[in-house]
Amino acid sequence: MGLDIRVPLGVMFTILGFLLAGFGLFSDPAIYQRSLGIDVNLWWGLVLLLFGTLMLWLGWRAAHRTH
Amino acid sequence: MPGSQAAHRTGGGLLHPREIDWVIMGVYFVFVLGVGYTLRRYMKTSTDYFLSGRSIPAWVAGLAFLSANLGAQEVIGMAASGAKYGMATSHFYWVGAIPAMVFLAVFMMPFYYGSQARSVPEYLKLRFDEKTRGLNAISFATMTVFSSGVSMYAMGLLLNLLLGWDFDTSVWLSAAVVLIYILLGGLTSAIYNEVLQFFLIVFGFAPLVFLGLKDLGGWQGLSARLAQVATSQGFAPQAWSSTWSQMGDATSNPMGVEWFGVAMGLGFVLSFGYWCTDFLVVQRAMAAHSMSAARRTPLIAAVPKMLFPFLVIVPGMIAIASSLRAGASGFVLPHKADGTLNYDLSIPMMLSHYFPHGMLGLGLTALLASFMSGMAGNVTAFNTVWTYDIYQAYIHRNASDHHYLNMGRVATVFGIALSVAAASVANHFNNIMDMLQLLFAFVNAPLFATFLLGMFWKRATGHGAFSGLLAGTAAAALHHALTLPRGSVPGIKGGWLTLLHAYPSEMAQNFWTAIWAFSVCFGVTVAVSLITRPRPEKELVGLVYSLTPRVREADQAWYGRPAVLGASVLAATLILNLLFW
Repeated sequence: MGLDIRVPLGVMFTILGFLLAGFGLFSDPAIYQRSLGIDVNLWWGLVLLLFGTLMLWLGWRAAHRTH
Repeated sequence: MPGSQAAHRTGGGLLHPREIDWVIMGVYFVFVLGVGYTLRRYMKTSTDYFLSGRSIPAWVAGLAFLSANLGAQEVIGMAASGAKYGMATSHFYWVGAIPAMVFLAVFMMPFYYGSQARSVPEYLKLRFDEKTRGLNAISFATMTVFSSGVSMYAMGLLLNLLLGWDFDTSVWLSAAVVLIYILLGGLTSAIYNEVLQFFLIVFGFAPLVFLGLKDLGGWQGLSARLAQVATSQGFAPQAWSSTWSQMGDATSNPMGVEWFGVAMGLGFVLSFGYWCTDFLVVQRAMAAHSMSAARRTPLIAAVPKMLFPFLVIVPGMIAIASSLRAGASGFVLPHKADGTLNYDLSIPMMLSHYFPHGMLGLGLTALLASFMSGMAGNVTAFNTVWTYDIYQAYIHRNASDHHYLNMGRVATVFGIALSVAAASVANHFNNIMDMLQLLFAFVNAPLFATFLLGMFWKRATGHGAFSGLLAGTAAAALHHALTLPRGSVPGIKGGWLTLLHAYPSEMAQNFWTAIWAFSVCFGVTVAVSLITRPRPEKELVGLVYSLTPRVREADQAWYGRPAVLGASVLAATLILNLLFW
């Protein structure tokens, strides 16, 4: 109905991915002691980014098919 | 949940979010409200508002179907049960939800969607009569308001504990957000947001489970620690890490139920009663754009659903296992005022233990998302049933469509206001899930017998259905009044007339309440139907199995047909049962 949910989904997760991965790159490594030494912000941020762009791509493709 | 005294705590909470965490939560709120705002101009008729104009693609409806049920009772309650009962909690999924969802898709959806009913109570009116619909509509409306209240109550306490927010402020704030996005975009807004919420919940909790398992040395390490938990309470070592192996006898597992109670009470009666007749979930499938999309909705939902135990139950198991090694790198679940462990804090404790800032924001967002999706699911079901099945049926017939659209908006406002009020009722049980199961047992358990007979036995009559429902609910109440879980005092937990039987646990009592309610409803419906006059067969076409032409799925590839998808889903579920036997 009017709005393809993949677009807001894609935009939101792309933003969240950038935020998390960016924070992961520049944050003090000491805070990752609790996450067993893994920079979860960076890694999981990249996963979110990937998911976000995938959704955007799917939404973009669908929009171009119907037009 | 902590006692009500926690509701008055102010000041600092358990978690201390920083700027990055607040920014992540902020992004989520912007999108939730933005989706509602974008959709507002598509809300032209009451069908747009209550049924999304029957235009939703199957995968969106499927994820919303799942997410609408993913409220506080699911996330917090399932983790709590995971800590309290271990892996056997996955019976709620692998015996309960999945088979019921497949049954709904393959056998029942053709009647719900095909009859063009706008709600589950309306189907009852088409199939039986006005009084059966009225009874169902009123009890359902009450139950949704109450469920939504439970969700809000849990959220208010949790936000207070975690973030130090004032109880009333967090309840009103989240109520306001849900109110705005449903007012603007109706069911579509709720469904779209449920899809956002679904992915947030998955992405927010999956790393938590990964870190927790890695910390404990994988599944092996977790099982070893759970063996200690089990033996320290006098159970066999595998009692917490297996699903079926300790179900031979009610005394050998922490749930206090045996395989028959699980299979019949939970699996057959409670789960089918919930997943196949609860308008909260069925509404999502009814909004799908075609019959085949409607039938695929529960099947698409079943795939992630069968993996959810790893996302919501395993954290509870990790939390209880971790509590064993306090002092080392573990964390301990806090105690409640009565000295028992506060199982409801399993996920929040893990968030605070494993997530650094950044991920903490994502985890908190996932929690907020789950609360809101649970609340929104109830609110959209409530406003539809209120408007179509109570207001249009009994209060104001034959008004313009625009009038009902506006009534839907008004119902959204007072539905949310009533839930806020109901939040205060939700204070008695220490495990939210047990209370909801009890409620569902009273209202939903007899209901499934009514639908089963209604859809598959053309002889069933309106008088039969109505008296069966009343008798079933009465049987549930009576059974509850005569039995008690061992160690409880008579009152809200049962035994308020006299005590005839004591069950090993509250869960066993709930399962058996459901079994009694179902059986009595079934028997009374059949008996009364046989002595009352049936409706002419031509009126029942499209409503009863034997009188309705089979749905042809010729446009679907063989692997896309509901029966094939359903069988694959069941096979996968069977494998999961065997793997974690």
